[in-house]
Amino acid sequence: MSKTRSVSAIENGVVIDHIPAGQSLKIIRLLHVVNSKQRVTLGLNLRSTSLKLKDLIKIENRLLTPQEIDHVAIFAPGATISRIENFKVSIKINCELPKTIRDVLVCPNLNCINHVESKGYFKLESSSNHVKLRCFYCEKQFDRDQVEEICL
Amino acid sequence: MSKVLNKKDIISIRDLSEIEIKTILNLAKKFKKKLPKKYLLNKIIAHCFFEPSTRTRLSFETATLRLGGQIIGFSGSKNLSIKKGENLQDTIKTISCYADLIIIRHSLEGSARLAAEVSDKPIINAGDGANQHPTQALSDLFTLQEAQGDLEGLSIAFVGDLKYGRTVHSLVQLCALFNMRLFLVSPSILGLPEIICDELKHKGIRFSFHANLDEVISKIDILYMTRLQQERFTQSEHQLFEKQYILTLDKLKKVKSNLNILHPLPRGLEIDKTIDETPYALYFKQVTNAIYVRQAVLSLLLEK
Repeated sequence: MSKTRSVSAIENGVVIDHIPAGQSLKIIRLLHVVNSKQRVTLGLNLRSTSLKLKDLIKIENRLLTPQEIDHVAIFAPGATISRIENFKVSIKINCELPKTIRDVLVCPNLNCINHVESKGYFKLESSSNHVKLRCFYCEKQFDRDQVEEICL
Repeated sequence: MSKVLNKKDIISIRDLSEIEIKTILNLAKKFKKKLPKKYLLNKIIAHCFFEPSTRTRLSFETATLRLGGQIIGFSGSKNLSIKKGENLQDTIKTISCYADLIIIRHSLEGSARLAAEVSDKPIINAGDGANQHPTQALSDLFTLQEAQGDLEGLSIAFVGDLKYGRTVHSLVQLCALFNMRLFLVSPSILGLPEIICDELKHKGIRFSFHANLDEVISKIDILYMTRLQQERFTQSEHQLFEKQYILTLDKLKKVKSNLNILHPLPRGLEIDKTIDETPYALYFKQVTNAIYVRQAVLSLLLEK
């Protein structure tokens, strides 16, 4: 039986691979591609040897800034990001968890000053693939899934 | 005088190094022995108490005045431009134009940190919600060292509201520096926040949870009582907790001779007044010592 691609190839753009299953929709929201004109292909729960199940995102005619790569890393610290030119991978990088993240996520603590003024500012820590975020202001620590992105 | 804290902010115990903590406590000790010089002469200190405070505000005011400084500020936010919609950042930036140092008490957690971000003058956190109260914790540590000498390896019980008690959150982190054994005595709904427990585990500090003070009282060198806030419980819960967490003379029959009882005050019913006269009670000494510690902090931050 011949192997086929689960998600079709793109000519130019970016491919985010090895996203832990279930995290891709958060990344899509963080990258603000839903309301853009760019064509986005999304693969959910694809088979993966390292993750068992993974998600994958392909965005046509789009490059990611270093800041956006950091945003991806929060939800997919082991993801790979490939830049595609003429159907070929021109650059491939492995995501690394940033030390801090600013102006992207909001502190879940309702008594934190972050809810009244200022934007979210977190320090990130990771142990055995478990990402924790500590609010720079109220010093409380949260699991990655407890923290929501700032509504723009 | 040491310059290790010059122009720094005091926001959280987490930010202070062991050297900085020792520098503050050593200077406080000197100030207690001998009246300090007027280190704050010609300095204006803004005392910004966005929420009410009796002890902390008066303690900082006393410390400022004893060092020759002048005070501007307010207590409560009723008459501030905040009522007209001004945000904290603009308020602090404005006050930075008047004062050489700003002391801030605010009900929202992280407010002192935000103030420090926007101010070009040093900020001292005098309590931000349930988060931190670093000068109170330093004062408690000073009082404990004065009473016990070496704190290495001593046992301390924290009793009452460990979830919302900001002084506990700050002091627990200081206890870790001395490898102290911690007994955490509270109703399960008011336990020490998980994040602080994780930090203690990470540092290898021994600690255990207890529902009743009687379980631990004979084992400890220091008893740190905190106020149980009635509004957090139903009446029946409060009656039950009162029995488990109220300290009365009869509970002190089997305690160690070196026991010290501390409380950040104000107290509710959790320490019976008959205990005030025992040699164990240190809570009013804490109030006095807090002035020396705050004098030390103010002097170090504004050292030329």
